[in-house]
Amino acid sequence: MNSSLAWMIPLIPEELIILCGLLALVIDITIARRKTVPVRAAVAGTMACLGCVAAMGWIACWHDYTASEMLALTPLTQFMKLVLLALTLVVAVLSFGARFSRHLGEYFALLLLAAAGLMLLVSSENLLVIFIALEMLSVPLYVLTAFNKSSLPSAEAALKYFLFGSVAAASTLFGISLLYGLTGTLELGSIADKLATQPVEAVCYLALVMTLAGFAFKVASAPFHFWAPDVYEGAPTPIACFIASASKVAGFFVLARIIVAGFAPLHGSAAWEGFRAGWMPLLAVFAILSMIVGNIAALVQNSVKRLLAYSAIAHGGYALLAFFGNSRQMLPSLFFYVITYALTVLGAFAVVSVVENSGTRDRLSDWAGLGRRAPLLSACMFVFMLSLAGIPPLSGFFGKFYVFTAATAGAPHLAMLWLVIVAIAAGTISLYYYLQVLKQIYAGELSVGATPFRPSLAALVPIALLACLVIGLGCAPGWLLGKLSFVINSNIIKL
Amino acid sequence: MSTLPLLTLLTLVPLLGGVATLLASSRPNLSRRIAFAASLLALAGAALLWAEFDTGSAGWQFVERYAWVASLGIDYHLGIDGLGLLMVLLSALIVPFAMLASWNIGRIPGLYFALILFLEAGLFGTFTALNFFHWFIYWELGLIPAFFLIKMWGGPRRSQAAVQFFIYTLAGSVAMLLAFLAIYAATGLFDFDQLADVARHGGLDNALFATLGGSLFKSKESLAAVVFLGVFLGFAVKAPLMPFHTWLPSAYAEAPTGTSMLLTGAMSKMGVYGFLRILLPLFPGQMRAMQTPLLCLAVVTIVFSAAAALAQRDLKRMAAYSSMNHIGYCLLGIFAAVQLTAPGVAWTTEKAAALNGVMLQMFSHGLTASALFYFVGLIEQRSGGLRGLDDFGGLRKAAPVFCGLLGITLFASLGLPGLSGFVGEFLIFKGSLPLAGWAAAVSTLGLLITAIFMLAILQRVFSGPVQSRWTGWKDLTTGERLTLAPVITLMFLLGICPQILISVSNPAALAILKHF
Amino acid sequence: MLAWTIYISFLGAAAQVLLPAESRRAARFMALFTALAGLVAALVGAAQYERLAPSGAVADLVNISWIADLGIRFHLAADGVSVTLVLLTGIAAVSGVLFSWNIERRAREFFALYLALIGGVYGVFLSFDLFLLFVFYEIAIIPKYFLIAVWGSTRREYAAMKLALYSLAGSAMVLIGLIAAYVVSGSRTFELLELAKYPFPPAFQIWAFLLVFVGFAVLAGLWPFHTWAPTGHVAAPTAASMLLAGVVMKLGAYGALRVAMTLFPYGLRFWQNEIALLAVIGIVYGASVALVQRDLKFVIGYSSVSHMGFVLLGLMTLTQIGLSGAVLQMFSHGIVAGLLFAVVGRMIYDRTHTRQLSELQPMNLSVLAPFVSVVFVLAGVASIGLPGFSGFVAELQVLVGSWSVFPRLTIFAGIGILLGFAYMVRVWMKALFAENEPKSASINKLEPVSIPERAGAFLLLGTAILIGLWPNILLTLIDPALHSPQFQPLWKGGLP
Repeated sequence: MNSSLAWMIPLIPEELIILCGLLALVIDITIARRKTVPVRAAVAGTMACLGCVAAMGWIACWHDYTASEMLALTPLTQFMKLVLLALTLVVAVLSFGARFSRHLGEYFALLLLAAAGLMLLVSSENLLVIFIALEMLSVPLYVLTAFNKSSLPSAEAALKYFLFGSVAAASTLFGISLLYGLTGTLELGSIADKLATQPVEAVCYLALVMTLAGFAFKVASAPFHFWAPDVYEGAPTPIACFIASASKVAGFFVLARIIVAGFAPLHGSAAWEGFRAGWMPLLAVFAILSMIVGNIAALVQNSVKRLLAYSAIAHGGYALLAFFGNSRQMLPSLFFYVITYALTVLGAFAVVSVVENSGTRDRLSDWAGLGRRAPLLSACMFVFMLSLAGIPPLSGFFGKFYVFTAATAGAPHLAMLWLVIVAIAAGTISLYYYLQVLKQIYAGELSVGATPFRPSLAALVPIALLACLVIGLGCAPGWLLGKLSFVINSNIIKL
Repeated sequence: MSTLPLLTLLTLVPLLGGVATLLASSRPNLSRRIAFAASLLALAGAALLWAEFDTGSAGWQFVERYAWVASLGIDYHLGIDGLGLLMVLLSALIVPFAMLASWNIGRIPGLYFALILFLEAGLFGTFTALNFFHWFIYWELGLIPAFFLIKMWGGPRRSQAAVQFFIYTLAGSVAMLLAFLAIYAATGLFDFDQLADVARHGGLDNALFATLGGSLFKSKESLAAVVFLGVFLGFAVKAPLMPFHTWLPSAYAEAPTGTSMLLTGAMSKMGVYGFLRILLPLFPGQMRAMQTPLLCLAVVTIVFSAAAALAQRDLKRMAAYSSMNHIGYCLLGIFAAVQLTAPGVAWTTEKAAALNGVMLQMFSHGLTASALFYFVGLIEQRSGGLRGLDDFGGLRKAAPVFCGLLGITLFASLGLPGLSGFVGEFLIFKGSLPLAGWAAAVSTLGLLITAIFMLAILQRVFSGPVQSRWTGWKDLTTGERLTLAPVITLMFLLGICPQILISVSNPAALAILKHF
Repeated sequence: MLAWTIYISFLGAAAQVLLPAESRRAARFMALFTALAGLVAALVGAAQYERLAPSGAVADLVNISWIADLGIRFHLAADGVSVTLVLLTGIAAVSGVLFSWNIERRAREFFALYLALIGGVYGVFLSFDLFLLFVFYEIAIIPKYFLIAVWGSTRREYAAMKLALYSLAGSAMVLIGLIAAYVVSGSRTFELLELAKYPFPPAFQIWAFLLVFVGFAVLAGLWPFHTWAPTGHVAAPTAASMLLAGVVMKLGAYGALRVAMTLFPYGLRFWQNEIALLAVIGIVYGASVALVQRDLKFVIGYSSVSHMGFVLLGLMTLTQIGLSGAVLQMFSHGIVAGLLFAVVGRMIYDRTHTRQLSELQPMNLSVLAPFVSVVFVLAGVASIGLPGFSGFVAELQVLVGSWSVFPRLTIFAGIGILLGFAYMVRVWMKALFAENEPKSASINKLEPVSIPERAGAFLLLGTAILIGLWPNILLTLIDPALHSPQFQPLWKGGLP
């Protein structure tokens, strides 16, 4: 009994999540079938939240760290799971106000399935498991993107997402198989060892590029970003929240893991006068493209959601700079940046969602005068926008600062400073469009007939909490940094 | 008594009085009285100074000296000698006189009187300061109230007059400021005494060239000349000396009566004072080198202004040109005194005579010119705005006292023996004839022309048939007589006993002569 | 005590938001109270500083570890230069509130943003950790944007965005320089005094100095990066332009002095002549352009560029007297520019609703508004730099210092003073005095000068005259500070 079911014990959080998801589905189809949409949302949503909370509780209390061939339970992965579950929880709470569909049981079930996929994604050191988890994350997301059946953009977005995602997945699979052929193993650590000892052939680089392409897709890094604006705009807003925050965090984590643990010997160099092939120059190219495409496209947007989408692409670019840091600073800076970014963008999309529910359209001009219609909400949006712009004392500033410092210090003689200069310049431009949003909110003229509206407490509380977190982590980032350093350094497997 | 900072207190009285007047400006009568009281207090202070002044000693008296911004060579340094005392006394006398003349000013009297008091503070400060920093502050303090006085209470063409006055004087001041900045950069000093010591044997030229020369100036003479011109310009505009005089006729003519009295009585003396106190000690060499052109300018000033006065039809403009003419005599005396001569008591006596004459003339002219403007103001008042030469006639019959006193003033201005103007002019000519004979000779032309137009005034205004419209011409009221009494008395007193003034001015003249 | 200026301002800003929305009176008085409390804290702190550290040393106020992983500390300290500028900020803050007494629309948000800006400015002047300094420097950008975008006038949104982007671009340059310096020095600490001791390689210093100096100097109005200033000043509401010209531009100059010049002395010597040239171009250009403007506020805006040129010239002289003059000019111009903008914005524009000289002239303001005219004339005289006002001693020191190093440039700077006289007289003539007397007395009477305006005018004029007559009050703070060890490398030329 013990040995045959022992494999289930480390996976209890995932199991809890899946169980609750299925429960939510069942209850919704059976008992709550005839109830009204808000009630169904409440019931299913509560189940989902309970599941998340239970899983988080279990993770927080379970300190038995193990590592097997397929799965790794280390302080780092557990911490990441906590963060991802927290993000999912907020999305679930935000979905309480969902009115875009009647099939809420399916909605929450799929959400939790995707969350399970997230958690699996960050737990594994095995490429195949990673791929499976990736699919487990993506497929529910494709469906969820299409959930708003009354909206044509939603369907279009889902289709694009699906097509792009499939191609990316195929590319990743191809790369993985190449790697297997080259090294004979699917485990990241062993791959690195093999690559270090073998002579490097062109096929290695091919495998590198193909594998990374898939993950670049996941984090919406240019040139694999084309799905992002449409999906962020078309998908139901809570799902956009989820994709922008949790999916991104997991994506970066896995990317970091693969590069650091798997492709370490192939790093190459992107230094100013010493270009050598490897993942460094590749990531440098991705970063520059993302920053430029993201920022310039965002300058001309009229829709808040698309603006946030392009800003997400740009921020992905900034985050990629962390990979150029030295071994001590790369991971803390990357994770700090991505986590605080996820909190911020989650808050921003949450505000968008609330505003949408009040009947305001998504055009920038329709946001005019929001500051007077919903002061607290606007204040939170103020915090989120400025954090995205990188204004101190908010977390976005420190995240960027740490990443830039890490990148500069990563190579001797300031060899990577050129990339940091590009990033800082791009960041400066970005203030323009964030200020455009804030300008509409605070300096815009109220249109005739616009009335104040009061967002529900269920929506307002998480948003306010996120805003406080953003401010708090900006003023006292040491807390999160300390935690990250601790969990990274106490990893029992090489990462 | 002598331990009190008398000079500072003296300057503070009109300053604080002006502030008090401003604060009371919503009640015109009160503010007038406060202002007048302040001016009388200042007069009492000046009289106290006179009483305490020691005519025997040659150096600075009532000296106050405190370190101020030591790192920049700025000290709070006050002191007066005979020249300063005369100027302070003159200012203290003219201000109450001017206030009484403007007693019934129509618009915002509070502000008007306050500005006059600030002007007086500026005058006192200028005449007592011995360090460029606060000397310049007071110099400017004299300028700004005058501008407002002309601009806001003047005649029909006051805007242009005020603007011209302001810009010219300020431009001159800025030139002076830049020159002194150069001097400071060269010597690190702002103190007039110390600078005079440095300049005694050409030291200033050397210092200027050492620090500032080289790249831009080929010879130290040219550099020193440029700096000299800067300072010269400031005073030449103020005095005025031709050709920097163009602001004067309009300003004096358009200003309200009281302001004109102040302008001619006290402010014009600031320019001459500057020549004596600053330009002469600091730049003896340059003045000597440029003596001939300077004398020419002085002569031209004298003759031209007299001729211009003769050609005028407006009484006030005549008075303005006449004022310029008398300042010309002062400058003649100064420029003559810089003549390079062999050392010897005889020459020193001549030079001292010239300088004494200048100081006496400054004092006397202050009194007579302001009285003249007062009379013109009275004429204007009684005639409802007319002041043309040809508008009147036979007033002697209607207002004998008026004409009598006006006649005395005119003769005092002309320089009739027995009245105050004589001794000053006599001494100037006595001194400058041997020193700069040709200039003095040509200048007597000025005397002649002056005599002509003054007699013309007497004839046209006082004699002849009375015009019908002036038959109701009122003679001087009691108030006006009381106003004029002190001034007229002084004109007689100083004419009969000039020793009163000479005892004070002579030591000062000798001290100035020691500089070169 | 000095650190309390920061806390008080931010607390005041937060308190503003909690006030009821409709109560303008509460907002104003709360803001005035906060600003006054800040000024009192500044004065008390200054007195304490003089007692504790009379020789110009740096006095620590707060020094706690903040982000240990990067060696960042929350380090507030002060030396004479900081104290001088903190005093300036205090005075400017109070007078700004007084001149904004008549804000009607969304008063509490206005004052909240205003106080947040003030808090950020105090923070910059008191920070001795580079990261902290940078944080405060950037905090100041956003309130500026909103103050102009919401409450401004001519082309406010464009001006606000231009200002924000220029400021951010400048600080981006500074950020690059700071990160580079941090990394090159071994990444142990962001402490200003520690990093200043580190011998950066000359080749590095050459470009790092230029980057950081220009980054800061953009905000100081260094020509040709000054173009945000005239537009920004004109569009901003009165209090904001008072702060912009009075205090915010000094942030840039201060940053240039405190950070760029002490960290990279070799780079400083390398670029000294070029920057001095740019400074003098700014002096002459600003004054010349001011001479031909038709909008009164533009005249004052360009005159600010011209005066800041003196500050930058003084900094580049690398003489004790030149730098002393530069810091004193920072103080003096802060007061005088604030006063000029107050007169033009609050006293004139709010009453006449026009800033065009051609429209103002017939109004004959010298008669309609005598108090305003007198204040304007006195402010203008102070701006020209006549003795008796604070600008004289400052410009004197800058010119004397600059003559010993750049004689030819100093002549042009002197021309700048003459031009200053010219444009000021022109503006007086055109704005205050009508050509001809108005035909009838039916010109609208202007609303009388309110008590807050008088108080503000007296405060600013009084300070200008006080420092003009007793510059020692500030020179005893500034001169010893410039002698202290952290400025030694400037005199020596800092070859590592």
